[in-house]
Order: sequence, then structure tokens, then C-alpha cells
Amino acid sequence: MKKPSLLLEMAARRQTPVLLIVSLWVLFRGHNHPGGGFIGGLLAAGGLGFYSLTYGPKATRRYMRIDPIRLIGIGCLTALGAGLMGWLGGLPFLTGIWTDLPLIGKVGTPLLFDIGVYLTVIGAAVSMLHAFEEA
Amino acid sequence: MNPHLVLPLIIPLATAMILFVTGRRGNRAAVIGLIGFAGLFGAGVSLLIRVASSGIMATGPGNWSAPYGITLVADNLSALMVAITGLMGLMVFIYSLYGEMRGNDDGGFYALFHVLLMGVCGAFLAGDIFNLYVWFEVMLIASFVLLARGRSRLEMIASVKYVVMNLVSSGIFLIGIGLLYAKVGSLNMADIAVKLSESEADARLVLSTGMLFLVAFGIKAAVFPLYFWLPSSYHAPPLAVSAIFSALLTKVGVYSLIRTFTLIFNQDQAFSSRLLLVIAGLTMVMGGLGAIAQTDIRRILSFHIISQIGYMIMGLALMTPLGIAGAMLHMVHNIIVKTNLFLISGIIAHHGRGAYRIEQLGGLYRHKPLLALLFLVPAFSLAGFPPLSGFFTKYLLIQAGLETRSWLISGIALAVAMLTLVSMTKIWNHAFWKRAPETFEPMKTPVRLWLPAATLASLSVSIGLAAEPIFEFGRQTAGQLLEPEGYIEAVLGGR
Repeated sequence: MKKPSLLLEMAARRQTPVLLIVSLWVLFRGHNHPGGGFIGGLLAAGGLGFYSLTYGPKATRRYMRIDPIRLIGIGCLTALGAGLMGWLGGLPFLTGIWTDLPLIGKVGTPLLFDIGVYLTVIGAAVSMLHAFEEA
Repeated sequence: MNPHLVLPLIIPLATAMILFVTGRRGNRAAVIGLIGFAGLFGAGVSLLIRVASSGIMATGPGNWSAPYGITLVADNLSALMVAITGLMGLMVFIYSLYGEMRGNDDGGFYALFHVLLMGVCGAFLAGDIFNLYVWFEVMLIASFVLLARGRSRLEMIASVKYVVMNLVSSGIFLIGIGLLYAKVGSLNMADIAVKLSESEADARLVLSTGMLFLVAFGIKAAVFPLYFWLPSSYHAPPLAVSAIFSALLTKVGVYSLIRTFTLIFNQDQAFSSRLLLVIAGLTMVMGGLGAIAQTDIRRILSFHIISQIGYMIMGLALMTPLGIAGAMLHMVHNIIVKTNLFLISGIIAHHGRGAYRIEQLGGLYRHKPLLALLFLVPAFSLAGFPPLSGFFTKYLLIQAGLETRSWLISGIALAVAMLTLVSMTKIWNHAFWKRAPETFEPMKTPVRLWLPAATLASLSVSIGLAAEPIFEFGRQTAGQLLEPEGYIEAVLGGR
């Protein structure tokens, strides 16, 4: 592939990590504020998409260290696991379970579910983008 | 918390996702997929046993009770359909392990197959009309990809027709849901039924929304005059995909029609019944005539799907216990027999070096007598010969028609059975009786191809032989559907 412009190269290398961190922040604030797994995942995918436009899909997969399609599976299984936790505790499937942790505060299975959504969205969006780039 | 209602959704999802993580092709993926379908079948059967013994079950995931949360409900009809879905998944999957699915697979087939069946099971279990829409979408997206996977010209043309029609149908469905929600203020089907029976609203006003649902589900179920997308798309994909599509997708449409028109839109029965009868009659005739004109085995079978859908709609239209029982049992019979015929057409094409056009085939009766026998069972069953399953379900439907003095529809049902027989004879004459083409070389049928077909054929025979208990179950189901108090009680009872 053609060597990208220097500006784009420098921007992508710095901007992608920033977007990934912002996406994590959006993911975690999502419980009581605007945000959450879906929008966080899209932001992260935006960052990775930028990287992929600059350096190409192969380099992006190296950067991510995991096949995006595999990430879809991991994300869905995480969300499914979050749903099953309440179920194993004798409550209906997908019921949220909460616990108080020192320092962090209240955490529960909805957060785990959101993390699953986050991973699934990243995996799906990045693999769609790669399908276009590699076509 | 009862797991029976949720497992038919969790098992295929988990299997598909495990396939995404561990790799989507090769022997390991096939084994994981097989375990998944065996699990789904087991879950479906256990659900059916539970529902048959202890009545309608409902659960609200997330501990949100109806009508606020989404509800999953299983009555006899849903449970039976889930069980049969699991069985079809297992059979078609075993079939797909041979040949065409492995050779040119880019890896998505096994996982998508599970996602498709999750959507189908979800649609059968949904107790919430919007949730039903969501499951339709799950099912459709998986089926779009399965249909277009091969990327050949034929498959692309077929997919465009299929996608466009189904998107139109989804759009109409969504508009219908919006209007219904505006009138009633609820999405839970049981709650809608209660609110409509209490309200003073004009029945015609409610039924006008019902007609949107009729069109939306009618497209999915391929009834007259909205069936044209089906024969122009079902013959294109690999055979295992055609088989599972023909087994389940149109039946989800029929199921939704039965569910909504018995539970929600039951105010002006005289009108909807008359309309449905006309649709049923025309669907049967057009499907039957269409089949006779075709020469590709898969297209003949596709038109038969349409004519058989007509019978199911006829049972629904009659709205008597016998009619509804007949419609449901005919649906079950048709799923089994139609899938079986598709699988057998794959075996025929296997011996004909991939040819599906009947003029290129021949000599199978002489060289493959057992295959000929295997073909005769579902072919006669579809046409309605005793003692096979098709005789029994058509008998119920026609009996129901005669009891309500609907002479015309009963006559059409009988005549279309003859049409079915004519087009089955056509396949028989060409593929089996005609002299074999010069290039024909006899070869063995792999066990993975004939085992599922033989299992389904024996199932069709045993349904015909065990008609009494199955009919009893059908009558019980019809009771549940025609007097929906039990369903409403099960969903809203905890309030």
C-alpha cells in the first residue's frame, strides 16, 4: 500500500490511543450519564478505523493483537455471561446483580454486560471496515 | 427460575459465539456446531414436555414483570415449534457436514446457522410484539448473509429479491406495531389483548391495523399475492440453506399470523375469516399450478411450500378448534416433509452430478431403489396418502372445512392435493423412471446424506401412525389458542 502522508501517520499514532481512552471513559460513565457500551465501542472503532485507514488492515490487526471477528464472539459471550450470573443466583435471566466494592463503589453485572457490548461493537465495526478495505 | 424458556435462545447464541472465538471452519467447528444443535433439540424437547404436562409458561428476563418488561411465553404451539426447530437444525446440520458446505466455506456458515435458529426460536417464544419484530430481524439478517454467501450471480439476484421483499415486510410490520401502540399503549401481546377486549374502540379500527400485520406476515409466509419472492430465491443457495429456509422461515410467518389473529385481532372474526379463506384458496391454487410448470426440482418444491402454506391459512381462517388444530399439525407435518424432500433432492442431485433440472436426471429407480423408496415416503405424504402424516393433517383440515360448510375451500383443498401429486409424479417420472443419462455412474450415498432424510421420513410415517395422541395434543393447543384466557393469565397472572 502507498505510504501515507507524514501528517496522517503522526496523527493516527497519537490519536488512536486517545480515542481508545476516551471510549473507555464513555463506557464507564454510561451507567448514569450519556454513554455506555455501544457508543463507547463506536468511538473506539472510530479510533481503530482511523489507524486502519492510515496503516492498513494488517497493521491494525497487529495493533489490536486480536482478530476483530474473534472479538465479536468474546464480547457476546461476556454479555451472555453477565446475563447468566443473575440466573445462576436463582433470579430470571439478565437480572442485574450488584455488589459494593471498596474504592470503586457499586459494580454489577450491567457493567459487565456493557463491556460485552463494547467489545462486540468494536469487533463488528472494525471487521466491517476491514471487509471494505480489503475488497 | 425456569431455564426451559431461555435455553433455546442461549444455546444457539453461545454456540455461534464460541465458533466466532475458536475458529469457524474445520472439524472442530463442525463438532461444536453439532453439540450446539443437539443441545438446542434437547432444550426444545424438554420445553415441550414441561409445557405439555404443566401448562403455559412465561418468564420476564431481567426480573421485569409483564407488561413492563419483555416476556417470553411458551404455550403448546410455541413449545412444539421450538422443539421441531431444534430437530430441523440438527438434521440439516448433519446433512450440511457433507460436501458443499465444507468445500467452499469461507467460515461463516456454522455460526450463522445457529444465529438463524436463535432468531426462529426467539420469534416462537416472544410474548411481546416488538420483541417479535426484533427476532424477525435477527432471523432475517442471518438469512440474508446465508443466502448471499456464495457470491455467484444467481445467488446475488435471489438475495436482492429476498432482501427487498423482507425489508418491505419489516417496514410494514413496524408501522403496524406503531399504530397498535398508539391505540392501546402496550406492546405486550397478552396486555394488548386485555386492553382491546375492555376498550370501546371500533372493531374496524383495530382490524385496520390488523391488516398491516396480515400483509407483513403474509409476505414472510409467502401467501397469495405476495409469494413471488419465494420461488425466485429459494433455489439459489446451497441445498442445506434452502432446506432450512423452507423448513422454518415461512412457518414463522404462519405462526405469527396464528398468534396475532387468535390473540389480538379477534374482534371482527367474520371479516378476517372471509379474507383469510380467499387468500388461503388462491395461495393453494397458485402454488399448486406453479409447481406443475417448473422443471427444476428445487423450484417445484418451492412452489409446494406456497401451496402448503395455503392449507395452514385455511385452518386458521376457519377459526374452529378442528381447523386450528389442523393448521398447527399441518405446519409440523409440512416442516418435516418439506425439509425431507429438499434433502432428498440434494441426494438426487448428488447422483446426477449436481443437476437439479429433471430432464438431466434419470435412472435412479433402477440403480438406487432405496432412494426411490425414500423419495416416495415424503412425496406421498405431501400429497396426502394414508397412512402418512400428510393424509392425517389434510383430513383434519378438510373435515373442519366441511363442518363449517365451507364447501368451496374444501373442494379446492382436495383438488390441490391432486395437483401436488401430479408434480410429484413429474419428478418421479424424470428422475427415477426415465432411462439414466449416458454419463450416469452409480455411486454410494454417503451416510451423512441419507441418515437425516431417513430419520425425517420415518418421523412422517410415525406421525401418521400415532395420529390419535398427536390429534389430542392439537385439540388441546387449539383450545389454548381460541380461548386465550389461559395465555393471558400465564403472562399477566403475577400482577
